[in-house]
Amino acid sequence: MSLGASVALGFLLAQPPVQVGSKVFTESVVLGEVATRTLAASGIPAVHRRELGGTRILWDALQRGELDAYPEYTGTLAEEIFAGRVPATLEALRPALATRGVRIAVVLGFVDSYALGMKAATAETLGIRRISDLQAHPQLRFAFSNEFLDRADGWRALQRAYGLPQTDVRGMDHDLAYRGLAAGAFEVTDLYSTDAEVQRLGLRVLEDDRRHFPDYQALLLLREAAASPGVLAALSQLDGRVSARDMVAMNARAKVDHVPEARIAADFLKATGLDTGSPVLPGRARRLLGYLRDHLVLVGVSLAGSILVGLPLGILAARRPRLGQAVLAGVGVLQTLPSLALLVLMIPLLGIGARPAIAALFLYGLLPVVRNTHAGLTGIPGELQEAAEALGVSRLERLWRIELPLASPSILAGIQTSAVICVGTATLGALVGAGGFGQPILTGIRLDNVGLLLEGAVPAALLALAVQGLFEGLGRLVIPRGLRLVRMP
Amino acid sequence: MRPLLLLDNVSRAFQGVPAVRPLTLAIPEGRTTVLVGPSGSGKSTLLRMMVGLVRPDTGQVLFEGRPLTAESAPAERRRMGLVLQGGGLFPHLSVEDNAALVARYLGWDGPRVAARLQVLLDRVQLPATVLRRYPAELSGGQRQRVSLLRALMLEPALLLLDEPLGALDPITRSELQEDLRATFQALGTTVVLVTHDLGEAAYLGDTLVLLREGRVVQSGTAEDLVRRPAEDFVERFVRAQRALPR
Ligand SMILES: Nc1ncnc2c1ncn2[C@@H]1O[C@H](COP(=O)(O)OP(=O)(O)OP(=O)(O)O)[C@@H](O)[C@H]1O
Ligand SMILES: [Mg+2]
Repeated sequence: MSLGASVALGFLLAQPPVQVGSKVFTESVVLGEVATRTLAASGIPAVHRRELGGTRILWDALQRGELDAYPEYTGTLAEEIFAGRVPATLEALRPALATRGVRIAVVLGFVDSYALGMKAATAETLGIRRISDLQAHPQLRFAFSNEFLDRADGWRALQRAYGLPQTDVRGMDHDLAYRGLAAGAFEVTDLYSTDAEVQRLGLRVLEDDRRHFPDYQALLLLREAAASPGVLAALSQLDGRVSARDMVAMNARAKVDHVPEARIAADFLKATGLDTGSPVLPGRARRLLGYLRDHLVLVGVSLAGSILVGLPLGILAARRPRLGQAVLAGVGVLQTLPSLALLVLMIPLLGIGARPAIAALFLYGLLPVVRNTHAGLTGIPGELQEAAEALGVSRLERLWRIELPLASPSILAGIQTSAVICVGTATLGALVGAGGFGQPILTGIRLDNVGLLLEGAVPAALLALAVQGLFEGLGRLVIPRGLRLVRMP
Repeated sequence: MRPLLLLDNVSRAFQGVPAVRPLTLAIPEGRTTVLVGPSGSGKSTLLRMMVGLVRPDTGQVLFEGRPLTAESAPAERRRMGLVLQGGGLFPHLSVEDNAALVARYLGWDGPRVAARLQVLLDRVQLPATVLRRYPAELSGGQRQRVSLLRALMLEPALLLLDEPLGALDPITRSELQEDLRATFQALGTTVVLVTHDLGEAAYLGDTLVLLREGRVVQSGTAEDLVRRPAEDFVERFVRAQRALPR
């Protein structure tokens, strides 16, 4: 059954689709895609919410029931979720996970751990297969990612565990290290055992014969509440089916050949005979339209909120100077929070998806509206304020007929600022699964794919310009003609 | 004659500096009272007090015998017409909307508003074409006429004008002085006018009230002030005026 048909059927049966998540790195996205397509092939509606963030975000979303399944690793569970209190073995993790309402639905069959690697040819010449073989070659030059050099269980621990004699050891960026290795600047580096470069550069992953590195077996976690027999049966087909070689090849296709993850997953499932369908990949226009729609929803809803709340707050601030200072200070503080931090702070309250993004954008867009409403109202010349008061009409009438129109250029400028900020900041929404133009930017950064990155960045910039233009036009409609004849003092 | 408005022992200080010292002043009905005095003598403050835009620190303001309070002021103001120095016209509203704002708020229908506007356009000598224009599209003199028109819209019992002709050239100014006088006489309204110009005060006013540092120095006709000055200051103030229109 095709994905579209099964989704439609799912709606008919009113069965909510299984929510599959993935972290913001390629292997996780590919595995999320594999799991989603496997479910769909068994007639179980499933959606993939890709590139949601790090371990914490995914785990919390699983705990809240926003996600039903996502790919994870034994070592990560042991260290990051259970903080070392549970060993990184399947036997220990299963009961520990059960107490949290989570089960290991699939053990995929490969291990993605920290490892040391060198060019296969060099290793062959020197006869090196295992890490302990390095002891015999003190002249070898090492370059490690800075993270590996710094970590407690990184280089120093490894050196102690194996008694390695090498002294030419330096730190550098992970990607640069691969280039240096290729260029022969050094012979050994740290890597993840399923990195695409293992295949691309023809590397040999050295066996961790003293089992120094924690075990990072790849798994699919499933929320107990979502573990229906159908879902379990469908996913169990993947048990032990993804080898390290498969994973390296899939990572390489994504990172090196820029093949979309959906196609990689489909090809893999076809090769293993689990699913013979082909992915329906939307063309660029369809993709852009989808991003645009998501983006407009984020901006539209949050901006509407900023206006609906900001305008009254601004009016209140103008009416009550003492309270006004507090209000302005309050929304000012919101603005000083880095937008990324604000976004992440929303997750525990509102989960993942559009809601936390909209809430963060709403708070972020509040200041320009409040400040400009306040400035517009308090900036009305004294004589006009007096003339308005002398009319003898109600305060509401005065506000509506005189004060707000007089303040309208300033208020509109505030809303415009808010909207333009919002369009730009909304690209961060993709980090919490809100979609929009941030999605291709995020993927582009992850895959080092400039084309994809521009697919998000250029439309986002154009949208900001369009919004700017829209407000210039709106000014002609909203700002009273008489005001456009004079420049207000 | 019963006063239309009575300032009863009112005073007012700003940040501890007195602007109006305790004084009692009656505004007689149907007459034009002119407040004159040097800059900073408290003329505008006194005028604002009459409309309730400034609260007196002591004493009270009685309008038609009723005390003017924060609660009563908005309704009472609809029976007062105010012209401010710069005109106080709202730049975002056309002349018509400026003039008709309160009338419409009070529920006047279109024909009634139009009829009233027509009468007043004739009264203040403006062509009907100005109704569609915005304040920025008017000359200074036209703006003052519109301002007067707006103040007269609801047939106020009391008309208050704060230096209405302050910033006009001499010709426009004297034209407007004549039109103001004609209007005051035709309507028989009670008027309070603030001006620096003793000549203007003499020409338009029945009673002149000379203020200095928040006190009433002398009140009476222009003739009283010129011929029978109450103190040195009155003489100096009269002599300081350059050209009196004869
Ligand atoms: N809102 C206010 N805040 C502080 N001080 C004020 C205020 N209004 C008036 N004053 C002060 O009160 C005094 C009287 O001012 P007022 O405006 O009544 O004078 P005036 O006679 O109208 O002067 P002018 O002829 O220059 O208009 C002045 O010293 C002025 O600075
Ligand atoms: Mg004054």
